[in-house]
Order: sequence, then C-alpha cells, then structure tokens
Amino acid sequence: MYFTPSGFPILRNKKLVYLDSAATSLKPQSVIDAINDYYSHYSANVFRGLYDISEKATLKYEETREKVAQFINAKSSSEIVFTSGTTESINLVAYAWGRLTVGEGDEIVTTVMEHHSNFVVWQALARENGGVLKVLDVDEQGKLKIKNEKGKTTYKNSKLLLQNVITKKTKLLAITHVSNVLGTINPIKEIVVEVKRLNPKCLVLVDGAQAVPHMKVDMQDLGCDYYAFSGHKMLGPTGIGVLWGRKELLNSMVPFQFGGSMIAKVSLTETTFKETPMKFEAGTPHVAGVIGLGAAVDYLQNIGMEVIRQHEIELTTYVLEKLSGLNHLTIYGSKDISIRGGVLSFNVFDKSGNLVHPHDVAEILRRENICVRVGHHCAMPLHERLGIPGSVRASLYLYNTNEDINRLVKSVQNVQKIFS
Amino acid sequence: MDDLYREIILDHYKNPRNFGSLESKTHEAEANNPFCGDRIRMEILFQKIKRSKDQKIQIIKDIKFSGEGCAISIASASLLTEKVKGMSQQQISSLTKEDIVVMLGIELSPTRLKCALLSLEVLQQTIQ
Ligand SMILES: Cc1ncc(COP(=O)(O)O)c(C=O)c1O
Repeated sequence: MYFTPSGFPILRNKKLVYLDSAATSLKPQSVIDAINDYYSHYSANVFRGLYDISEKATLKYEETREKVAQFINAKSSSEIVFTSGTTESINLVAYAWGRLTVGEGDEIVTTVMEHHSNFVVWQALARENGGVLKVLDVDEQGKLKIKNEKGKTTYKNSKLLLQNVITKKTKLLAITHVSNVLGTINPIKEIVVEVKRLNPKCLVLVDGAQAVPHMKVDMQDLGCDYYAFSGHKMLGPTGIGVLWGRKELLNSMVPFQFGGSMIAKVSLTETTFKETPMKFEAGTPHVAGVIGLGAAVDYLQNIGMEVIRQHEIELTTYVLEKLSGLNHLTIYGSKDISIRGGVLSFNVFDKSGNLVHPHDVAEILRRENICVRVGHHCAMPLHERLGIPGSVRASLYLYNTNEDINRLVKSVQNVQKIFS
Repeated sequence: MDDLYREIILDHYKNPRNFGSLESKTHEAEANNPFCGDRIRMEILFQKIKRSKDQKIQIIKDIKFSGEGCAISIASASLLTEKVKGMSQQQISSLTKEDIVVMLGIELSPTRLKCALLSLEVLQQTIQ
C-alpha cells in the first residue's frame, strides 16, 4: 500500500467506501491547504496588480501552467489553456475551431463510447454546419471496432484500419482516451498514426478526463492535436480544467470568449488579442482552482503515475476476480487488464434473470456507506448499444484498498439476497 | 430485511397490482424520470356517478399502469393504483407527497423520493 488514505480528510470517516472517483475524486489535505492558503494569504487578482500579493498570485498561477505542461509533456506551457473542465475544453474547440472549419458535407468522427460532452458537442456542430457525424462502434468486449483487411477486429495491432471511416472530408476524430463506463483504454497513439496516414489534415481531439488522473500521458508521444481534461477528477478542485492544443493550432484559432485579460489593445473601432494561451482565458480566471490543480499535480507526481497505475491494476484485478465469482452478475467491458482502467460497470440480476434496477442496488449500497454511481453515466449511446437501461459503476483510485472491494462485494451479495 | 425494501414493497415490485392496459379508458398519461430512466404510464376509466340530485362527479372505476423502473417507483405505482380506485377527480388532485410517503411507510432520500412520486405525477397528469 503506497498511499495513506489519512492524507484525505474525508477518509478519516472510516465507514465511507468511496467508489465514485470517475465522477469526481477526493481531495488530499495538500490541495485543500493550497486553496485555503490562497484565499487566506494572497487572494488577489492575477495579471493586474503591481503589489506583492497580486504578483504572488500571478506567479503561482503561471507556475501551475508550467507544472501541467511538464506533467503531460507538452512542448511548451503556452499550449496549456485553463478552462472550467473537460466539457468547456471540448466546447472551446468546437466554437473556436470547429464552427469555422466544418462545412457542408464535412465529416466529424466520434465513437459510441463517448461521454456526452464529447458526443453532443459534435452532433450539434454537425447539425448546425450541415456536416456529417460518423460514430465508431465497439465490440462485445468494449473495444473499438477497427477492422483490418481480413475483416478481423484488431486492437493492439499497429495496423489499425480506420480506412472505411476516415476520408478526405473528415475534419476531426473526437475520441476518449479511457471510457468512463467500460474502462477501455483506447490505443490513441496507433489511432492517430493511422488517421494521419489516411488524411494528414484530419485533427484528433482526445478526451483525457479518465486518463490523466490514472496514468502517464505524453502529448508529444500521443501525436494528437487537442487533449482535454478536468482538475476535479485528478485530486484537484472543481471548476478547473485544461485544454492542451498544438501551438500553431491554438494560434490559428479565434478567441472563445471576449473580455478582460485576453486583449492586447482595444480602441473604439478595433481590438487586438493576446497570444495563446491568454487569448482563450477571458475574464478573471479561477485562480484558486488553478493553484489547487498545481498542488494536485505535485501530489500525483510525488507518488508517480506508474505507481498509481500499478496500484489500480492490482485493485482492478482483485475486483474483477471477486465480482466474477458471483452468480447473476454481468460485468461490462474487457477482462484484459492491460487495456482497462479502474472503472467497472456491472448489473445485478435476480435468480430468474431479471435485472435488479441499478437504483435499487445503489440504495442498498448507500445504506452501508458505499458510494457508487448508477444510471447511464452520461453515456446514453453506449448503454443503448449494450442494450441496457443503465448500470452500476464502481470506479477506483489511488486511495482505494482491497478492504473497500471486500465491502462492495459483500453488499452486492446482500442485494442479491434481498432480491432473490 | 432492509427496512427500505420491506416485504410489502418487494411484493408490489415483483407482483405489481393493476399492471397492464385498459380496453376502455377515458384518461391516460405517461411520464419518465430522465435521471433514472424510470417510465410510468397510467390508464384510467372514469365513471360519472350521481352524488346528489343535481351533482354528478367522476370517480375512478378502473385503473392500470405499465412501465419500468426501480423497486420504489414500481411499488409506489402499484400501491397507488390500489389506493385510488373509487376516488373522485377532486380527491386525486388533492393527493400530496405526504400521502405517498405514508402509503409506502418508509423514509426516502430526496433522489429516491422522485422515484416514489413519479406515479403520483402521472396520475395527476391524467386529469389535467
Ligand atoms: C470521459 C469523460 N469525459 C468528459 C467528462 C466531463 O468532465 P467535466 O464534467 O469535468 O467537464 C467526464 C466526466 O464526467 C468523463 O468521464
């Protein structure tokens, strides 16, 4: 065990079993302290004051940009745009790039395993601009269906044939790095290579909301064009997130919102804007959020992303083994741990095979202080594809233990007893 | 046995009363709860009866419901259809959240209360 759950104040409540980190993660003391410190000791605006506490706030704010850039191995910190979260990051790209780029008959490709924030945005854009939305399917294992010449579904294979989908008219592939329902880790690097081979002009946007908190991500290695993630799922505060984009791309885009901070010069007839990333950060930003995110990155880096991933692999293996041992229970997604993160969605059935409604499962778990998410997890197209109205989702993070899993399994058995 | 899943609730969930649809009906409505995907439909046959010499009222002669949902929403719909048979439109309109809570006899969190109240919402919609 590498982590002290006691570093997370909320976990001092020993009764609590928190298995909903895919929705939002818990916060360590150091993150809470960093936010508290800003509000208690230097709560000034950034980029404005010439006095000490404003200078300090600005410094901390920009330091975090550096930290984040280094954390995801971006070429430069000017590629890091602070947003309110993954959702805003994706909407920013749709507005400041997509709206002006996707024309009549142009194509946007996405997948059936997306969170609504990386699906509805593109559906709406395609509709407004007369574009076409194409959706990649998943197989029974929850892996993307990308076929090779022989019609076989390939996955780890470097020869990913997306050629039936990506055409000269495709402007964007919007794809999640890790599924928030199935836990599937998509082979982004290989996919990008193949997409660029088919159409060098097609951009790739990756939704990293479920990846950045759990594994090492490397912008220069992945080869994608945009990457979006949220602070609150990686031990940071809510209301802060990141859009990473290749610099030339960000430079070529129009601003997302207009206002203070993002302008270079304003006259009655004309305004010029600052360079990337300031161009995209109009108004007073979420200073405390950024500073809290910086503390979260420090926390994660001190442990090491490889160590975190290893811990989650062990936990996921354990929970898969335990849950697979129960009758009348279906786990969705792949059993191959090398391509799966610590997100487990499942359903419980009674003896005659009727689905026990996920809400009833959650209710019984709630009574034993076990927090899981139930419903469609903002992924309705995927649930429709799986042919289920909803599911129960247990998601793991660095502070979870085998004991948490034991309690989950015991409660699920209790559900089965009640509904037998 | 967990008190939320009292015998009576599980019984009404597993063997819902008045489940199905009506051949002849005068009123119907359907609603869903997008948060859980619960869906309830109700069909009602109202009958005019004489209350006094010059006053006629409509009362529920028959009622059926259908749909899918969690144990709380299905049991609540089943119990409600039993409760309201013979009630007048006015009586139906004056049913409240408290009546449902009493009917179920359990304490509910705000989220689960929505499941329990879906059937009442649908019932009252039928006469709007
Ligand atoms: C895969 C994925 N994408 C996007 C989001 C949206 O993140 P946020 O609500 O922080 O904008 C989530 C979180 O729910 C997610 O799991």
